Amino acid sequence: MKPDPDTLPDGPLRTDLTQDDRWAALRRATPARIGLGRTGDALPLRPMLDFQLAHAQARDAVHAVLDVEALAAALPPHPVLRVHSAAPDRPTYLRRPDLGRRLDDASIATLEEAAAARAQDGGQGFDLVFVIADGLSAKAVASHAVPVIHACLALLDGYRIAPIVLAEQGRVALGDPVGERLGARLSVVLIGERPGLSVADSLGLYLTYGPRPGRRDSERNCISNVHGRGGLTPDLAAAKVAWFVREALRRGLTGVALKDGIEEALLEGEAGRLPGGSP
Amino acid sequence: MAYRCDLGGERHRFPDLKAVLAAASPLRSGDELAGLAAASDAMRVAARTVLADLPLKTFLTEAVVPYEEDEVTRLIIDGHDAAAFAPVSHLTVGGFRDWLLGPEADAATLAALAPGLTPEMVAAVSKLMRLQDLVVVARRCRVTTAFRTTIGLPGRLATRLQPNHPADDPRGVAASVIDGLLYGAGDAVIGINPASDDVETAIALTTMLDEMRQHYAIPTQTCVLTHVTNALAIIERGAPVDLVFQSVAGTEAANRGFGIDLAVLAEAHDAARSLNRGTVGDNAMYFETGQGSALSADAHHGVDQQTVEARAYAVARAFRPLLVNTVVGFIGPEYLYDGKQITRAGLEDHFCGKLLGLPMGCDVCYTNHAEADQDDMDGLMLLLTQAGCSFLITVPGSDDVMLNYQSLSFHDLLALRSLFGVRAAPEFEAWLDRMGMGAPEGPARLLEAPHPSLARLFDRGDAAR
Repeated sequence: MKPDPDTLPDGPLRTDLTQDDRWAALRRATPARIGLGRTGDALPLRPMLDFQLAHAQARDAVHAVLDVEALAAALPPHPVLRVHSAAPDRPTYLRRPDLGRRLDDASIATLEEAAAARAQDGGQGFDLVFVIADGLSAKAVASHAVPVIHACLALLDGYRIAPIVLAEQGRVALGDPVGERLGARLSVVLIGERPGLSVADSLGLYLTYGPRPGRRDSERNCISNVHGRGGLTPDLAAAKVAWFVREALRRGLTGVALKDGIEEALLEGEAGRLPGGSP
Repeated sequence: MAYRCDLGGERHRFPDLKAVLAAASPLRSGDELAGLAAASDAMRVAARTVLADLPLKTFLTEAVVPYEEDEVTRLIIDGHDAAAFAPVSHLTVGGFRDWLLGPEADAATLAALAPGLTPEMVAAVSKLMRLQDLVVVARRCRVTTAFRTTIGLPGRLATRLQPNHPADDPRGVAASVIDGLLYGAGDAVIGINPASDDVETAIALTTMLDEMRQHYAIPTQTCVLTHVTNALAIIERGAPVDLVFQSVAGTEAANRGFGIDLAVLAEAHDAARSLNRGTVGDNAMYFETGQGSALSADAHHGVDQQTVEARAYAVARAFRPLLVNTVVGFIGPEYLYDGKQITRAGLEDHFCGKLLGLPMGCDVCYTNHAEADQDDMDGLMLLLTQAGCSFLITVPGSDDVMLNYQSLSFHDLLALRSLFGVRAAPEFEAWLDRMGMGAPEGPARLLEAPHPSLARLFDRGDAAR
């Protein structure tokens, strides 16, 4: 937000503050759009266009289509399954969050086949399943999901991990029927968070022990703000996931009761790298 | 009781009163999500036709949420003022609409009527009104409240200055406060939504805002919008709390989802008033509401979202608030899908709140997954100002960098002031004059003798980050 002093008009409240050193100091104190100047009573053109660009990018992220082919190509050798929620398209998805939490019929069949094949081969049940869902920002998934998955897999050697499930038009709770159908003890959903004007590609991760439809949000743990503008890095997100996976499987739960302890666990040796600490 | 209507060669049936109300509501995504919306446009008009012939009194005997199960219903029914209701008690909902638009319904008459109206009555009549009707009638309502400023006087429009910061950095908050003050915003309240729900953070922000207010001798009130139980803890700790805030909804179950009930609100109201910090009045509560909050908590009892929203105003008015606003576009497109639905809901909420006697304001806003943009907000703010809205929320450059949604900007306030001649609250306006804020050199004075947190910022040059 660099207002152009030339656009400042004469008149009431006219101020040279936008050229003032002190004003620059104020601007460094907050990402808010302060000190924009005025044209008459209106916003000057440049900050108006800056705002419109940020909003356009956020909307584009909401409406972007998840490139499932590219994801499926980047994840092997780990096997991949593809599913779709019961919301057929984006307008329906936005109006009907309930449909985004359910699988469509073809996806149920896909997951049941995979579970049956596993049982036939004499394989044991899965410890966990990763679900990658577009959520409200396919852009976030495209930018961060693959590095986060690779970093997680590197830390989770020895666990029985289901094929990675790629889900279109999915909400967080879609991980519940996916985990249930695959018989996984724990689900980890990677999902695009609602875009803001400053960050349109933030990825969130939700862990749910004993996934099945009807789980409440208080029974999940969330790792949010994985993005490249001062957010969580894929490596740190993966370290948190690994801690939650180990503790959730050991204690047989996720949610509010599991939250305590992770900050301390991760702080050891990683002081200063935690989000939510002093910036 | 079931209702039916023969219209245009079709017979429409409605199993009960709440089905009539739901079907009569203008189309919105939240009622579709709940499975309550009219199945066709013709059915919607049939429901309105049923509603038009329904005696207003019906709402006193037929509760949309059972009396036995819900303390909000009990509050509405037990608190009803039959004497105040008398002038319109003989009317149908349709007759009430015509009466509201007629010459009899002036400011004094409407103010006297307010305690006689229930939320369901005002929600019902709003469903028979177009946008212009909602504007015309709301404009006639006069609701005045006060703390350090007086809200709701004729020809005035107040603003909440919302200086949110993603990490609750007091210097970042102070920078946004200064920005807003330069545009003359902040006479309703300088109110922060903290990113953290932690009591220590809230105390730090409360203290900083109060120091800033005293440093510049600003006649206004401040608020950190944290949970009411946090506010009680903060008051207990002796922090300088002006207004106590809480989000409220229209059913007992939805309020439980917010972690509150009427008893804790009463406790908070007593605590806030006991501080006795107001100078020109003692209205010490601030409430926010929004269509869709009850449905999102699965606590709507099969009642349409606009009617449940109006019931939240019954909760609010029990505690004599200084400010109440709907956060109309914040809750998301699954409740209000686009600019058209947000606009309609904003004017309904303002109308219903005003008719029930509340100092009603609005957060004219939208999220990035709604089909809306700043053009829609321009339309709604112009309409609300014409409707005599008590206050609007403003943030730097329309962009709330903590809550990640868009509201109005300080610039929008200037446009409304010059377009409609609406002025700041008188006490705050006098301060703007004293500070010479209308003159070119005036604003610089805020920085000549800066508040200590700002002074440190200037000294360090590269301060915060």
